[in-house]
Amino acid sequence: MGMTITEKILAAHAGKDKVGPGEIVQVRPDLLMINDVSGPMAVDAFASVGAKRVFDRHKVAVILDHFTPNKDVNAAKASAKLRAFAKDQGLPHFYDAGFGIEHVVLPELGLIRPGDLVLGADSHTVTYGALGAFATGVGSTDLAAAMALGETWLKVPETIRLDFRGRSSRWIGGKDLILLAIGEIGVSGALYCSMEFGGEAISRLDMDGRFTMCNMAIEAGGKAGIVEPDEKTEQWLREVMESTGGRAGTVSDGAQFRISLRDLRSDKDCTYREILSFDVTDLEPQVAAPHLPSNVRPVSDLKSVEIHQVVIGSCTNGRISDLRAAAEILKGRKVNRWVRTLIIPGSRRVYAQALREGLIDIFVDSGAVVAPPTCGPCFGGHMGALAEGERCVSTTNRNFTGRMGHVTSEVYLAGPYVAAASAVAGRIAHPEEV
Amino acid sequence: MEILGRVWKFGDNVDTDQIIPGQYLSIQDPKALGKHCMEGIDRGFSARIKPGDILVAGANFGCGSSREHAPVAIKACGVGAIIAESFARIFFRNAVNIGLIAIECEEACRRIGSQDEVLILPEEGLIKNMTTKEEFKFAPYPPLVADIVKAGGLLPYVRMRLRGREGE
Repeated sequence: MGMTITEKILAAHAGKDKVGPGEIVQVRPDLLMINDVSGPMAVDAFASVGAKRVFDRHKVAVILDHFTPNKDVNAAKASAKLRAFAKDQGLPHFYDAGFGIEHVVLPELGLIRPGDLVLGADSHTVTYGALGAFATGVGSTDLAAAMALGETWLKVPETIRLDFRGRSSRWIGGKDLILLAIGEIGVSGALYCSMEFGGEAISRLDMDGRFTMCNMAIEAGGKAGIVEPDEKTEQWLREVMESTGGRAGTVSDGAQFRISLRDLRSDKDCTYREILSFDVTDLEPQVAAPHLPSNVRPVSDLKSVEIHQVVIGSCTNGRISDLRAAAEILKGRKVNRWVRTLIIPGSRRVYAQALREGLIDIFVDSGAVVAPPTCGPCFGGHMGALAEGERCVSTTNRNFTGRMGHVTSEVYLAGPYVAAASAVAGRIAHPEEV
Repeated sequence: MEILGRVWKFGDNVDTDQIIPGQYLSIQDPKALGKHCMEGIDRGFSARIKPGDILVAGANFGCGSSREHAPVAIKACGVGAIIAESFARIFFRNAVNIGLIAIECEEACRRIGSQDEVLILPEEGLIKNMTTKEEFKFAPYPPLVADIVKAGGLLPYVRMRLRGREGE
């Protein structure tokens, strides 16, 4: 019996030839990550067990992105605590406010590589699966234990294969595909499972779209989302290497992949819990209505919904392709005067690229607010909070009750084309309407 | 070890934003977090609850973010245990790690009513509804998880492991 890509990565990091679903293994991660929400508790827990040094200072990344630029004194204290920890431990991978959102920043710095095993104290750590890595979210205490011991336990998950077939319209991106899948299987449809995305529509999808898809695996309860690396992955990694001046792979043991790229795919005779197939031909842009990411409808069903705010950004859709999509709609247009429109580049690098391409000018001219990279509004942390009864179209990942503000406010999740079109229309709109 | 308390019932897919809304995530103090426990779904919950009370919920309890603030808030406001049809995986791990009892038992969740008095015997895998005299069995934790629970959470367990390494 063969193994899935997920099982191969876990086996390699557990020092085993073979692992199977349900097996509990001790694994040695390639990278650990904490942020300004999960980090302070992790740092306290780390100290409380009597640990002095992290197991490998090159393998612990600290990034301040949730409440930064500091929302208030509590947030400032949390940031200060992590800054002191990074200094004390001599961590090379410390990224202060402004670098950007963890799941945008770490891949673009070349810190995530195919075949890696990554644990992050953030549920959207699953994003890195787009590069063919196994990445999953844990809590602060788990992360603290891993920082001290250099290992953790994981139950090998069953894998669900999701194949996307057909050729979709130009308005369809990774967000629409993942919403389609979550709408089908539900918010616990992949509970404890690895979601392996494949098929011709995924082969055609760019890396930014794949990041978006893997990012939302957690919204179906998934332990990981993963895409088998292909030419697009390799090309993307080559560009990252060039743009970072060869700094890519500075995570300790350097450029060696744990498993050769060629072997980083599921064997033909592997076992899937189930194989699901989605036809994306003629697919309409998808929108998740309140209050679950699985409450998915085609955009035309929601055209009468008036909105008060639009947010374009986040670890889900804050990459350059997302901003290009938004700019394509907003160019030469004005956002509706009753819709606050926030556009948040996912990282400093994305911001700089958007500046070079003239996208920021387009956004400012349209009447949008361009904010510094931060997770802020996505989780109702800071900036862009919603008042009672207000509705927001957002390219983020969760539309739970009260997620972005008041408990009676509503969040509609969509891709950047629909979000930008809705900002112009003042209600939920198909990009062809504007 | 046993837990005895009144039941507060919740439905499916109670997410971590409902358990502790995002605006409170810059708070680290467990007591302060406890005051806002379940604020996104049931304002005033933390004032009504008595130490040892039990949450009984539907499927996928604790879905959403990895914020450990969620189980910390639940534990700090006095909840003795959570029984759910199923848990989101990060929440379950976090609960175990901080020593908060989380039990999966579908039948118990369906049969136990709001305000029933319930006794949980974790080591025996037994839930007794003192109000209706019904009993429910649940599967014990797998070995490694049981070790962590027995040690009182992950931190005591890690402390033990680190001491072992120093001795090597």
